[in-house]
Amino acid sequence: MALRGDWMYENNGGTCVAIAGIDYCVVAADTRLSVGYNILTRDHSKICSLADKVVLASSGFQGDIRALHKNLAARHLLYQHQHNKQMSCPAMGQLLSNTLYYKRFFPYYAFNVLGGLDNEGKGCVFTYDAVGSYERVGYSTQGSGSSLIMPVLDNQLKSPSPLLLPARDAVTPLSETEAVDLVKDVFASATERDIYTGDKLEIVVINASGIKREYLELRKD
Amino acid sequence: MFRNQYDTDVTTWSPAGRLFQVEYAMEAVKQGSAAVGLRSKTHAVLGAVNKAASDLASHQRKLFRADQHVGVAIAGLTADGRVLSRFLRNECINHSFVYESPLPVSRLVVQLADKAQVCTQRSWKRPFGVGLLVAGLDETGAHLYYNCPSGNYFEYQAFAIGSRSQAAKTFLERRFQEYDTYSREDLIKDALFAIKETLQGEKLTAQLCTVAIVGEGEAFHIIDQQTIQEYIDAMELSTGGPDEEADAAAPPSAEAQEGGEGASSEPAPMDI
Repeated sequence: MALRGDWMYENNGGTCVAIAGIDYCVVAADTRLSVGYNILTRDHSKICSLADKVVLASSGFQGDIRALHKNLAARHLLYQHQHNKQMSCPAMGQLLSNTLYYKRFFPYYAFNVLGGLDNEGKGCVFTYDAVGSYERVGYSTQGSGSSLIMPVLDNQLKSPSPLLLPARDAVTPLSETEAVDLVKDVFASATERDIYTGDKLEIVVINASGIKREYLELRKD
Repeated sequence: MFRNQYDTDVTTWSPAGRLFQVEYAMEAVKQGSAAVGLRSKTHAVLGAVNKAASDLASHQRKLFRADQHVGVAIAGLTADGRVLSRFLRNECINHSFVYESPLPVSRLVVQLADKAQVCTQRSWKRPFGVGLLVAGLDETGAHLYYNCPSGNYFEYQAFAIGSRSQAAKTFLERRFQEYDTYSREDLIKDALFAIKETLQGEKLTAQLCTVAIVGEGEAFHIIDQQTIQEYIDAMELSTGGPDEEADAAAPPSAEAQEGGEGASSEPAPMDI
């Protein structure tokens, strides 16, 4: 990898999680930035607050992530000028998908999880791949620790199949504090085995009263 | 001004060295309803008269936010003003994107002036028929600029444009020397008084005018009608002109008495 002159990406590691609740949404990501076996910084946020009710967490190549976040923030400003209101989470979800697909043939190396409240005030999580394929889900995780965390969330949050009729709610019945505790637990577990996850955990909770931020120390090894 | 043989194209000079089409564009500004602007060292205020085409119609928007730190008031062809506001917003967003810092107001007005100048030197274009009062705050303090259809721009301590603006200018000329040290509240009061001058007898109410402010620690925003009405009421209590006393006049932010009031001051989504 280091020998090729034309490899344009780098994986800076890290993990992101989002969980949708009845009237809240939890978005969390660790704050470690790595390259290879080195840590570049223990204090780098992967979370971007795009609108009143929309928060984006991305893991992957930080250069692309920074550019993607800036792009979306500028588009949001434009939207506000034109529509005189903030973007809703589903709207931002579609915008992110289109932005990612726009670079289908030179993708953003960013694995995204978008969280927020939808137009009815219910928790809303969208999960993406690198080229914009997205789906609304009850919870999701992306990044280097995602394979360690996803099975645990599947076990704990037991989202009903989207194929069932009548349509079941994908959001978890857990309370806000229970969801935050679950997030802390899964990150503590992922930190144990994933070398790219650790240092500090940034937890953002969006609910009707706004956006709240919380930090938790993780293992630094 | 009378019709003459040199006024058909904007690219035709008159023997006296004038471009009549550009001057006619400046006339269009004078026909629009009034807008005023004034600034202190730390704040800049813009005000505009809300003139509706008829009692059935709502008034046109004359105050636009370009960014957190800059806004404009327009007079003249409102459609041209709307298009230019969109241009200003784009320029501000582009600059913030590239430099991660707010576009200095002086640079913004130059870009706007250059855009206006282009239209005075192309045979297939016409000059913009709108004058803009650009108020903003940057590292060098608060600024107020006037952009002409001619492509000229000037910096002012206080200015007024549009119909019957001379009355407002006369008032501002008497008082502008002290504006640098004026408090935020006094600036707003003087803006309202300047607007009142342009109304020439008609009673000033919060429905008839729109006022916006930008300053240190305060992003550009339009002041709600409730607060404006309180300023106006306080002004009327003090005899004759606005006085420096009434800091009791500085109204506390109050809840809107009628929800309808707030709704009617929201522009329709089509009005960007």
